[in-house]
Amino acid sequence: MSRFDLAALTIADCQSRLRRKDVSSREVIESLRARIEDVEPKIDAYLSIDFDAALKEADEVDVNLPLGGVPIAVKDLINVADQPCTCGSKILGSYRAPYDATVIEKLRAAGAIPLGKTNMDEFAMGSSTENSGFKVTRNPWDVSRVPGGSSGGSAAAVAADAAIAGLGTDTGGSIRQPASLSGVVGVKPSYGRVSRFGVTAFASSLDQVGPLTKTVRDAAMIMNAMAGHDRHDSTSLPDPVPDYTENLGRDLKGVRLGVPKEYRVEGIDPSVSSAVNAAIKQLESLGAEIVDVSLPHTDYGIAVYYFIATAEASANLARFDGVRYGHRAKNPRDLLDFYGRTRGEGFGAEVKRRIILGTYVLSSGYYDAYYVRAQKVRELIRGDFVKAFEQVDAIVSPTSPVPAFKIGERTQDPLAMYLADIFTATGNLAGICGISVPCGLAKVNGSQLPIGLQILGKSLDEARILQIAHAYEQSTDWHKARSPIALNPKTQTPNGK
Amino acid sequence: MARTTDLDVGYISKLARLNLKDEETGLFQKQLADVLKYAEKLSEVDVSHVEASAHAVPMFNVFREDKPCDWFTAEEALSNAPVKANQLFVVTKVVE
Repeated sequence: MSRFDLAALTIADCQSRLRRKDVSSREVIESLRARIEDVEPKIDAYLSIDFDAALKEADEVDVNLPLGGVPIAVKDLINVADQPCTCGSKILGSYRAPYDATVIEKLRAAGAIPLGKTNMDEFAMGSSTENSGFKVTRNPWDVSRVPGGSSGGSAAAVAADAAIAGLGTDTGGSIRQPASLSGVVGVKPSYGRVSRFGVTAFASSLDQVGPLTKTVRDAAMIMNAMAGHDRHDSTSLPDPVPDYTENLGRDLKGVRLGVPKEYRVEGIDPSVSSAVNAAIKQLESLGAEIVDVSLPHTDYGIAVYYFIATAEASANLARFDGVRYGHRAKNPRDLLDFYGRTRGEGFGAEVKRRIILGTYVLSSGYYDAYYVRAQKVRELIRGDFVKAFEQVDAIVSPTSPVPAFKIGERTQDPLAMYLADIFTATGNLAGICGISVPCGLAKVNGSQLPIGLQILGKSLDEARILQIAHAYEQSTDWHKARSPIALNPKTQTPNGK
Repeated sequence: MARTTDLDVGYISKLARLNLKDEETGLFQKQLADVLKYAEKLSEVDVSHVEASAHAVPMFNVFREDKPCDWFTAEEALSNAPVKANQLFVVTKVVE
């Protein structure tokens, strides 16, 4: 097997080769280094990579551990000890993490090796990775298009075989939407399933860490290592963690899948509708029963999401005050000038916009009209899902209404960008779990652009959505389709990059 | 529900301790007015019978044993401080 092929391995394949001693973890990392050197100038997926630290770990790792010797790329808002953790923001340009996030501690305990910090929308605010304070990540299927966001760096790295697997975070769709646009698998765990300790907070009642992988099995393997209670995160749930790989391979006989009538909205690209309809037929042919369900408050999801998420963000981002870490304004006139300039100089446009909106909805006179009302409608949205899950085991929908859009196409219109989360944000509001799995390719101006199928499950029912996604994946060839950059890493792209 | 024209980005930026350039203030004023207009649909919903939830998972009073453990040394805690002295963070003068 050539060095390049190693970079294309799934976690499961990589692990079995490592255990058979066909290859060493060092060789896997060296092949990734070669691949990254070829493709990184074209896709800009990484913000920093410390190969020496990873190679040192590789030489000492026990390959018999569940993820022993497998390198994993990490979104740059998850703290990895002694590595930068910029959150995609200039305000943290020189920050180095003094500790491991709990998810990193757990992945290391399972033998995984953190390799590289991936690009993202600043503080995870965005759906395209264009809001990074450092650079724009490009989609390996068409480098004139976005990879989705905010976990776009991890999604693009996996899609370009520049990572075996990656980690992201999902607050309103930031794992599932880039997974969909980049043609990989992405899981948003149920709220509380995975510890948030050491993960820079955007909206604390919505954020979850999850995997971006080449296959559903790989996602289950990462979930096995990462899920569970953490004494450092009081919102992490004490419920026992099942073996998420156990149900993989079970058929879908007797499984009831809901199709929400409210998800048939205007603005869905015809290629997405037809791919998702075909996927639903495929699931039916595998034995699932398809049931119409109703989620009556769907239309309010984005409005509720943007009030709650920005309110929480405005509070969470108050910690960036130029004292303990990050950018600090020079020669302040007084304290207010110090705070105002530190933050004004350090944050990018989208973060500022959201801090303003969040501060506004929490401010005196507007709190009840906006924030409290949004919280009440959130409760109605959650109730919709509770009712639907009395009838069905899972809900299927498109992940994103459109395939990857052009770089720059939506940056001037924040509202259009926010609507990219229309099928994903309600899942975060309800605290349930979801997965995006490749289900088709749209042909657009000579490019093939991935389409994702979203499967939503009730809280803590990750095993079920992984089972359904795996059955679907294994019955189709979509997961075998690889991006042009992965197939031809040395090819020059038209824009000269 | 409040009127969307009530949003004064200049005033809110002071509350948020976030200095904006003039062009940012003007741009956000327009863009956020669009967002608030879109969100006006929330006023249609009857929420009279609903309790507000801060959380999707009902969890209350999470306790754990209060026992000391190894954690950051002062040096580690200060490792990212832009300005430090005598093992302390240096802050801006607040008292004349």
